Amino acid sequence: MHGDELSGFRVETSKGTDSPILRLQSVGKRFPGVVALRDVSFEIARGSGHVLLGENGAGKSTLINLLGGVLQPDDGSIWFDGAPYRPASPLEAFKAGIRVVHQELNLLSNLSVAENLLFEQLPSRRGLVNFREMNRRAAELLAEVGLDVAPTTEVGRLGVAQMQLVEIAKALCHESKLLVLDEPTATLTVREVDRLFAILHRLKAKGVTTLYISHRLEEISEVGDQVTVLRDGQHVTTRPLAGLGIPDIVQLMVGRTITGQGAIGTAAPTGGEALGVTDLKLAADSPAISFSVGQGEIVGIAGLVGSGRTEMVRALFGADPKAAGTIRIEGREVEIVSPKDAVSHGLCLATEDRKGQGLLLEMSCAENMTITDLTRVSRRGLLQRGQEDDFSKRLVRELRVKTPSIHQAVRTFSGGNQQKVVIAKWLFRGPKALIFDEPTRGIDVGAKAEIYELLGNLASDGKGILVVSSDLPELMAICHRILVFSKGRIAGEVSRAEFEEHRILSLAYQEYSRVRAG
Amino acid sequence: MSERVERVEARKAHVKWDNLLHISMREAGVTVALVLIVLFFSATAPYFATTGNFLKIFVQIAINTVLAAGMTFVILTGGIDLSVGSVLALCTVVGATIMTDERLSAGISITLAFVACLGTGAICGAINGWVCEKWKLPSFIVTLGMLNIASGVARVVSNNSTITGLPQSFVEFGNMIFFGVFPSIFVIAVGVVLIGWFILRFTVFGRFIFAIGTNEEAVRLSGHNPSAIKIAAFTISGLTAGIAAMVYLLRLNVGSPIAGIGYELNAIAAVIIGGTSLSGGKGSIIGTLVGACILQVLSTGLQLLGAEDNVKPIVIGTVIVLAVILDTYRNKFLRAMESRRSDG
Repeated sequence: MHGDELSGFRVETSKGTDSPILRLQSVGKRFPGVVALRDVSFEIARGSGHVLLGENGAGKSTLINLLGGVLQPDDGSIWFDGAPYRPASPLEAFKAGIRVVHQELNLLSNLSVAENLLFEQLPSRRGLVNFREMNRRAAELLAEVGLDVAPTTEVGRLGVAQMQLVEIAKALCHESKLLVLDEPTATLTVREVDRLFAILHRLKAKGVTTLYISHRLEEISEVGDQVTVLRDGQHVTTRPLAGLGIPDIVQLMVGRTITGQGAIGTAAPTGGEALGVTDLKLAADSPAISFSVGQGEIVGIAGLVGSGRTEMVRALFGADPKAAGTIRIEGREVEIVSPKDAVSHGLCLATEDRKGQGLLLEMSCAENMTITDLTRVSRRGLLQRGQEDDFSKRLVRELRVKTPSIHQAVRTFSGGNQQKVVIAKWLFRGPKALIFDEPTRGIDVGAKAEIYELLGNLASDGKGILVVSSDLPELMAICHRILVFSKGRIAGEVSRAEFEEHRILSLAYQEYSRVRAG
Repeated sequence: MSERVERVEARKAHVKWDNLLHISMREAGVTVALVLIVLFFSATAPYFATTGNFLKIFVQIAINTVLAAGMTFVILTGGIDLSVGSVLALCTVVGATIMTDERLSAGISITLAFVACLGTGAICGAINGWVCEKWKLPSFIVTLGMLNIASGVARVVSNNSTITGLPQSFVEFGNMIFFGVFPSIFVIAVGVVLIGWFILRFTVFGRFIFAIGTNEEAVRLSGHNPSAIKIAAFTISGLTAGIAAMVYLLRLNVGSPIAGIGYELNAIAAVIIGGTSLSGGKGSIIGTLVGACILQVLSTGLQLLGAEDNVKPIVIGTVIVLAVILDTYRNKFLRAMESRRSDG
């Protein structure tokens, strides 16, 4: 239905100029230890709806940040509207005519909707804000996106979907030539999504180009006519969307067909259940999650960023509240309402945010390792520093932490060594089951291999291991089984013999496809 | 071959020396500053370098030192306690009321007053901590409330009057001087500092204080309950306010609802000058003692130099800010040293 309309608009929007609105030539961007984008070249046709796709970590966000002036490229050049484009700040990008609606909302929650909408250009006279004019214009914009709230409402009182619409309205209020939308529909209901598409069609009729990023593969055909696929920071293809089915697209995103490599998780699990979860619900109306991890087993959790993996493990560990569910450790049902409960029952969590939540950055390697169980290095409340030193020296040796001294502050450590300290601190506590959330994020290749080896050793020691990771090849290399999360529920389970990237990714997208179909 | 061994040995020694330097840097910097200031006034101000003057300084720093010792615990966890001045006032009133009760013998009344003073302070502190943690409120606000509440309760208890007529033996103890230069109340203050130093340096509780100030969420996710530790830190701050109230009674021999006004700011200043970070996690109680000394030495020295009363606060204010500026440079220096160590 929309397809017909689309072609109609396309005819209208050709403005007699065939030069592309945006052209990237050999664009590269590196971060310490990671190449985010490498030699990316493609063009976006003027007035088109362009869709950008890629797996987690493919480089989509980096590319958007380059366009939005948040980051600057290390190599290559970008041409926008016929001129070299190299914005030093988001403001410059905005002035050049590129408007980015980021996935994370950038609203000022204490200000009103109207103030947020017109923040860059508040209607004013001699430095005084003209509130009547401001609210009038805001009301127009809100009507355009179909958001039924008063312009004077405080943004903090809105729901996430409403905030998303405010963000979109904000992008509309300025004449931009290129509108970049990063996952705009992630929080919207079907009705709101339809309205968003209607707006996008209207913008298209006005000649505005859109660059659209979404996980919901089935909706992209409604907004785009061209698609660009990125994989591992590299450009895979730019081609017309017409005729491409969802399976084709997934194949383009995955590229290779990787199966389990037998690196680590080959030894068969040894014993009974280490960690069991039955009907875990984060909120009263969220899907129930049940799974189990055997002793000596490494179970992976795959899924898109934002599919609820981190939320699930945090609730499981007692770091965040949960609505319902029973948890078993080594077959015994346990009550976990705080991390303290979890740890005392032998369940540990190495968080996604190592520096912010895992480590005492300013404190020493030894102090970080023993913090999980100071009773082991104290007598009647008094610290026994000799014991502490002995224990931490042993852990440093066992885990091959590279440091000149156990008294060195962990802030100075590399990512790999910091992760080893996190593992050491949980080993010191003597856990029965361990959860790792993104255990190798920001860690260089060599250290990654060492971390995998450590996880393998832990499993051979009979501990149950749950690994959350966005790096599919990583999970396929080290896990016995992979649970695939899709929109807060377990969409499926894949055993090692059946490991195939394409299959796992299809499961990860499963629930997102279902929403639009229903 | 032997050359390499030598290099390794030299490197080991270097690491050791660096560690030692690192551990003591925090205290060393302020101590050097204190010595320089003392030398400066000894050379320039008449009567400064006399036993009588030092005796006077020791008497004057006792109260602030005790308050600042407790304050150090709270600031190390990343909080602040604005209520200590008026909690002190409340405790002096409670203590003096008990001691002047004629139905009690001197010995019993002093013992009772001691317990009541410390108990009142500890309860006020515990309330501060509990309210902060229960409702996750900033300690700045909660203790600001306690500042007013304790002050009001002190007025009610004392009927808005100063309470005099403490037992003779109590007053005499307050006037005692050891070795000709150490007044009894200074000895108490140093005792409090040493106990605090021991707790922070050698106990599991002390380790938690630093860990919470460094990263409270990491402590929670390591399987601990930071709230209990933080409530304990506030209780200690209240307890030292109670001890400081006893010191106040020993020194001035009156309980007063308007005692202690502004003391909290002096205590915070001593902690900050002593090198403890306001955001928590870094600092030392020995530094706090030195910080309290610097404040008082400056005040006394300037007075002896004949500076106007109005000039004193200007100089002291400048020193407080200067101390924090120097602290940022010291941290930069230490970090540079550390990265050199881990790279090399």
